[in-house]
Amino acid sequence: MSALLSVENLSVSYRIPGGRLRALRDVTLSVRRGEVLGIVGESGCGKSTLAAAMIGLLPQGATVEGGAIRLEGEDMRHLSPDRQRGIRGRSVAMVFQDPMTAFNPVLTIGRQVADFTGAHGQRLPQAEIAAMLERVGIPDPARCLGRYPHELSGGMRQRVAIAAALLMRPDVLIADEPTTALDVTMEAQIIHLLRALRADFDGAIVIVTHHLGVIAELCDRVAVMYAGEVVEEAAVDDLFHDPRHPYSRALLACDPAVVIPGTGHLPTIGGRVPDLSVLPAGCAFAARCPLADALCRTSPPRVAGQGRSVLCHRAATQVAP
Amino acid sequence: MLDYAIRRVGLSLLILIVVMTAMYGMVFLVPGDPASLALGPRATPELKEALRERMGLDQPILTQIAYFFANVLQGDLGVDVWSKRPVLEQILEVFPNTLLLGVVALGWALVTGILLGCAAVVWRDTWVDRLLGVLSVSVISVPSFVVAIYGLIVFAVWLNWLPAIGAGETGDPASQLRALILPAFAVGIGWVGYLARLVRASMLEVMEAPHIRTARAFGMRERDIVLRHALRVAIVPTISILAVGFGSILSSAVFVESVFSRPGIGTLITGAVEKRNYPVVMGTVLFMTAFYLAVVTAADLLIARLDPRVRDVLRG
Repeated sequence: MSALLSVENLSVSYRIPGGRLRALRDVTLSVRRGEVLGIVGESGCGKSTLAAAMIGLLPQGATVEGGAIRLEGEDMRHLSPDRQRGIRGRSVAMVFQDPMTAFNPVLTIGRQVADFTGAHGQRLPQAEIAAMLERVGIPDPARCLGRYPHELSGGMRQRVAIAAALLMRPDVLIADEPTTALDVTMEAQIIHLLRALRADFDGAIVIVTHHLGVIAELCDRVAVMYAGEVVEEAAVDDLFHDPRHPYSRALLACDPAVVIPGTGHLPTIGGRVPDLSVLPAGCAFAARCPLADALCRTSPPRVAGQGRSVLCHRAATQVAP
Repeated sequence: MLDYAIRRVGLSLLILIVVMTAMYGMVFLVPGDPASLALGPRATPELKEALRERMGLDQPILTQIAYFFANVLQGDLGVDVWSKRPVLEQILEVFPNTLLLGVVALGWALVTGILLGCAAVVWRDTWVDRLLGVLSVSVISVPSFVVAIYGLIVFAVWLNWLPAIGAGETGDPASQLRALILPAFAVGIGWVGYLARLVRASMLEVMEAPHIRTARAFGMRERDIVLRHALRVAIVPTISILAVGFGSILSSAVFVESVFSRPGIGTLITGAVEKRNYPVVMGTVLFMTAFYLAVVTAADLLIARLDPRVRDVLRG
């Protein structure tokens, strides 16, 4: 089956005083109908920029330096602003990270969701909106519609955000850190909700997160990002059982869920993320990589691998972590 | 909400009492004995004494203040020293003129200011935005009476399009409207600039908010986002500024009324100050202060209605 949404060799940079910050470098990804793709990485690795680019809403100061974002084969960047707006919401819908600020504070939930659903024509009837709220687990949906955002808990607001996105019947649903701003209990509930929903949803889902647990629970395939690049892409099971990129290995080793038993010790990755405005000549991870050699420091790696892609000179080198 | 309303009105009444007491004290600090000023240099001491007695100036100041408030509570703002007419009657006679001027000036300033502010946001960083910026700052800097005088020279004297003085013929709305144009323009023009700047700044801040990004992500039209979602948030600070601004609108109305010899609170109070007609000065100041406080209080209550968060903070 062909890709529904694909990103090809996308490079994005931000203007900063005295130069440019290369947020995304040559990113290639795709997601098919019925598939859930996870994008995982540390803060500042470019995953949120990638999510914003997928819906055509890059922040001010960001420039696309090359590449394409295709929805069913058509490059969104070459569409008129009005056609791009027509895609947003209707074909590609998004759930944002912080449900505290994602809603307008002075309008009721009902008014906002009705405005969103009416963005491309007729507004949906309140009954249909209420039915969707009920489906995402909101008790007394009719009452919820009359309330203001600050009167709902973070978890409830995130449910409303998901319901609003689903009401658009999008082909692609992008969730940018959907659980990050929530506490652990709420996070578990939202993951549970998304799992239940994906069974009925016939489009593609992209979940951006820094939380490996979310990936393991929800996704079919995962792309690991580091310093603006996709360093490894694999089926979720393959990545968790057999990570090939040294960074993926390190990331899995640092997951608080697998803290070394008995010791209470939580491993960390030594060193720091490179400065995205002055990138090293070779592999961006070389300075922190236990396997790095002279080649890694001088020449950028190319994607290698069969059935899964790994951006590493030493991908074939099997070393126990 | 009711609880808040009661507390807010109570606070306004307290402010009113403080203002009036201060005002009463200030009148006595101003040099010049009202009796001798009124009666001229050749008045006999007996005559002056009689007038002072009539004005209540022979009593101790605290007694005077107490009497003043007691009378006010009975709806009696005192009697004009010269014409012997009740002060309240005179105020109510001219107040509609001033109120009309203030409301019309604020009204056109509000509509124009908000539209220009939104225009500056929609075309931000283009020549439209820059031109509006320069124009706004220019009109803010020019005092209203200067605009009034130039408006009078150009449109009334040179072009003879509009009347130069007065408030128009009573009972003739067309003539009253024509007489209102220049004063309302002079009073409102500075506020057009001010409101345009205010709405622009407030709106630009709101347009950066995550909830606007949400609306964009759902594919809402930019025009709908500005008018239906952003303006509603951006308007809240504007309303509180506007209520305070109504006070300054009324004080520029005082100057502009003098320029156009337009009957109103402004002409009433300037006339009374010149003649040391204390009951009229006190009565007018009290009336205007009370009116102004009522407007500010109403605005605060309106904000509480518009912004549900304020409402809840107050409830909690």
